[in-house]
Amino acid sequence: MTLVDVRDLVKHYAGERRWFGLGRPAAAVRAVDGVSFAIASGKTLGLVGESGSGKTTVGRTMLRLQEPTAGKVLFEENDVFALDATRLRALRRRMQIVFQDPYSSLNPRMTVEETLREPLEIHGLSGAVPALLDEVGLDAAFAKRYPHELSGGQRQRVGIARALSVEPKFVVCDEPVSALDVSVQAQVLNLLADLQTRRRLTYLFIAHDLAVVRHIADDVAVMYLGKIVERAPAAEIYAQPRHPYTRALLSAVPEPNPRASKQRIVLAGDIPSPAHPPSGCPFHPRCPHPLKSERCHTEPPPLREITPGHLAACHYAEKPM
Amino acid sequence: MRLGNWLALFVALVLAAEIARLTRQRALRRERWRRFFKHRTTSWGLGILAFLAIVALAAPLVAPFGPGDQLGIVDLRNHPPSWAFVLGTDVLSRDVWSRVAWGARVSLGIGALGALVAVSLGTLVGATAGYYSRWVDALLMRGVDVGLALPRIFILLMAVALWDGLPFAALVLAIGLTSWLGTSRLVRAEVLSLREREFVVAARALGAKTGRVIFRHVLPNAAAPIIVSAALGVGNVLLLEASLSFLGIGVAPPDPSWGSIIAEGASTIYTAPWTILFPGLAISLVVMSLNAVADGLRDALDPREEAA
Amino acid sequence: MTGTEGPALLRVRDLKTYFVTEQGKGTARAVDDVSFDLYPGETLGIVGESGCGKTVTSLSILRLVPEPPGHILPGSVIEFEGRNLLALAAPELRAVRGNQIAMIFQEPMTSLNPVFTVGDQIAEAAIVHQHLSRKAARARAIEMLQLVGIPDPKERVDHYPHQLSGGMRQRVMIAMALVCHPKVLIADEPTTALDVTIQAQILELLDRLQNELGMAVLLITHDLGVVAGHADRVVVMYAGRVVETAPTSGLFEQPTHPYTEGLLAAVPRIDAPRSRLHAIPGQVPAATAWPTGCRFHPRCPYAWDKCVTQEPPQLETGAPGHTARCWLVTEPERRQAKR
Repeated sequence: MTLVDVRDLVKHYAGERRWFGLGRPAAAVRAVDGVSFAIASGKTLGLVGESGSGKTTVGRTMLRLQEPTAGKVLFEENDVFALDATRLRALRRRMQIVFQDPYSSLNPRMTVEETLREPLEIHGLSGAVPALLDEVGLDAAFAKRYPHELSGGQRQRVGIARALSVEPKFVVCDEPVSALDVSVQAQVLNLLADLQTRRRLTYLFIAHDLAVVRHIADDVAVMYLGKIVERAPAAEIYAQPRHPYTRALLSAVPEPNPRASKQRIVLAGDIPSPAHPPSGCPFHPRCPHPLKSERCHTEPPPLREITPGHLAACHYAEKPM
Repeated sequence: MRLGNWLALFVALVLAAEIARLTRQRALRRERWRRFFKHRTTSWGLGILAFLAIVALAAPLVAPFGPGDQLGIVDLRNHPPSWAFVLGTDVLSRDVWSRVAWGARVSLGIGALGALVAVSLGTLVGATAGYYSRWVDALLMRGVDVGLALPRIFILLMAVALWDGLPFAALVLAIGLTSWLGTSRLVRAEVLSLREREFVVAARALGAKTGRVIFRHVLPNAAAPIIVSAALGVGNVLLLEASLSFLGIGVAPPDPSWGSIIAEGASTIYTAPWTILFPGLAISLVVMSLNAVADGLRDALDPREEAA
Repeated sequence: MTGTEGPALLRVRDLKTYFVTEQGKGTARAVDDVSFDLYPGETLGIVGESGCGKTVTSLSILRLVPEPPGHILPGSVIEFEGRNLLALAAPELRAVRGNQIAMIFQEPMTSLNPVFTVGDQIAEAAIVHQHLSRKAARARAIEMLQLVGIPDPKERVDHYPHQLSGGMRQRVMIAMALVCHPKVLIADEPTTALDVTIQAQILELLDRLQNELGMAVLLITHDLGVVAGHADRVVVMYAGRVVETAPTSGLFEQPTHPYTEGLLAAVPRIDAPRSRLHAIPGQVPAATAWPTGCRFHPRCPYAWDKCVTQEPPQLETGAPGHTARCWLVTEPERRQAKR
């Protein structure tokens, strides 16, 4: 059963206006440029990309933490963008978010207890803070502490507890482990997986690390410059990636295995700015595909189904590198 | 000065020193306040402010005479400091020390209240501009720009011209209303940056209403520059009041404020310099102490504590 | 890649760098008896998580640790080509920094001066150490930009840091470090702040430059994958000490120290199917209160009473160049009793 359905989501940031706010704006930053996907209840979609891909913007705009430029998001049949403030606030209980930076995602002036109690107050819920702490593996003594007295992993757990306090069905995990050390990362990933089973949660797991996503995602979507370039069930995308960017991304991840003599695909050039995306296929300037042609320069490839369930936005997806 | 006054003064000094010492002791237990007292000058600043505040409150006890008492118009005019009159007498044979003590009430009162008005208004406008961005922000800030371009003294002159003999409250209001502009810019900048901090976004994601987000999350974290600005603001207001009184449009005589004492003593600057020296010294001491305390506050409230 | 024959280029022995913390918290013994060697032309990876002391170690080599609150204890030895760096006077030390031993950092935006052009910053090292004229130094800067693979070097040389992307800035930093052809390059988490595809570019660049210039590289990172692909030998640090030293293949195939084992099990891999990651329980202790005995014992699945009371020294495991600070080396049968 589809829980979340995102259709043609677009988020452009208007460029800076010159002449003290009265002139014509400079080029818009097309952070998210037409993104569509659906997540079934209880599943995890991994959304992967580098800087400028728009993945974080997708997460935030979906929850309407930023107003979209266009598109539709259906959550349990509700049109998220059409709701008024009150209904939206009620819906917020069911869709939550966990942030990347454990150091700035907690209010430094509130104790852990105050931070966890607040969502309960806002929605008039009864709930015990100690139970929440216990669920994320923190001792009850942490309730009286301030964020600066906690380690990165502990803060992240508090952030997760906070999101869980309102009993959501859907959680956007915005790079929740990127800022953590390897051993702590493993702890938090395991926690997220356990919580998903126990509470029957649905996740949108945003990350830049394909290896991390491997361990938690059922399906994976790869983003580049505001568009999804490939989407497939996890096992397939790792075994048989069809978009050259996905291949390059997989190849670039350093594997802790000295024997892995990969033919490493090293992309040339920098990631272009979302304010000035290239014409045609946004990836074409850096694309190492041997069949790259004039068509790639002029015609943007649509995201199309190559094999059942596996979509890619490449003119030559049938003949991957 | 009678014995009673000397005693009261001594008590005030001891009390101020005790306050400073006790505050320091209790504070040293909390990490943040340890940073407050890291500078030596902060303790002194706190002590001096406490002393002057006590003097202001206990003016009837520490001052032998009333502020307008003329003690001997024939032979006690412009007396240099002596045992009887510790800070000397002025051109109208009034005891300078008594005037300074009573004047402390007025000056410190105006300083504190004026700064309060200024900071409150500045915070309100700044927070609104910073939180609701785009055109609300543009509108408010252009307003502030215009306000900052207008010379304060002239506005206050106009205000005085409209009233006949400015009552205390109106003066405070007038000063406050012309001093909030700088604070609003400061607050706006803080709010602008805080608005995008993840814990603020988290609060919104949890469904918090705008009011809760601003008062519970944004403002407490913007408090640091606001408090520091307030501490410095008192000094500014004090100086402004002194200037106004010097120009004759501040506190009306014979009510003394430090500025008006200086104004009235200006004519005898060569013959009786002490009439200007001591109130001027008082103003300088307050401003310096406030700066020292503001330094300490800045360190204490520094979000460095957030660093792991 | 060269072997470990011949004298070490850089010898670090018994390095201790302590920090004085604010009252009441004691001394933070960030680096507490660290020893390793760096041979000419090789890449030595120093791996560890936050709080293990790897960055402080790298800063200590060039004496870049702020003197209060930090200080390097007497008895520490840092020998470069036979000279004790810790005993050098300031001008002699300056002649080494940037010239014989160079360093690149994690955050290229904050490591580059925003108000000077890229060219000026690269040229600075050349002017200071090689006494080149401004014109010659500028030409040198353009050469270096070419070397590190920046397109249009003649134009880029006059750009400011904010006009460049993260990957480019890191290349500029590498160019700055290599202007004087140093013998040792210390790279402190050079790719951590970069995107994965850019990281691959930079690591490839470092490999190439190392081959061309024949320098030794001290690669500090928390990423085991980076170390697997780019280091000849690895030093694993935990709680201010070296817990395992080995050639790269030896470390990954036969990790001896339980911490290394734990790290390897905790790293998510692309080639592995979806599974529960093995997490090391507990967390890194604070530098002001290292545990007694073996510092890893509170989190170790094998620990027994000896580990709580006696700290193991570096023990030879039998494999060449492979040592581990663990009692399991002398009592391998204890491995069966895993919790």
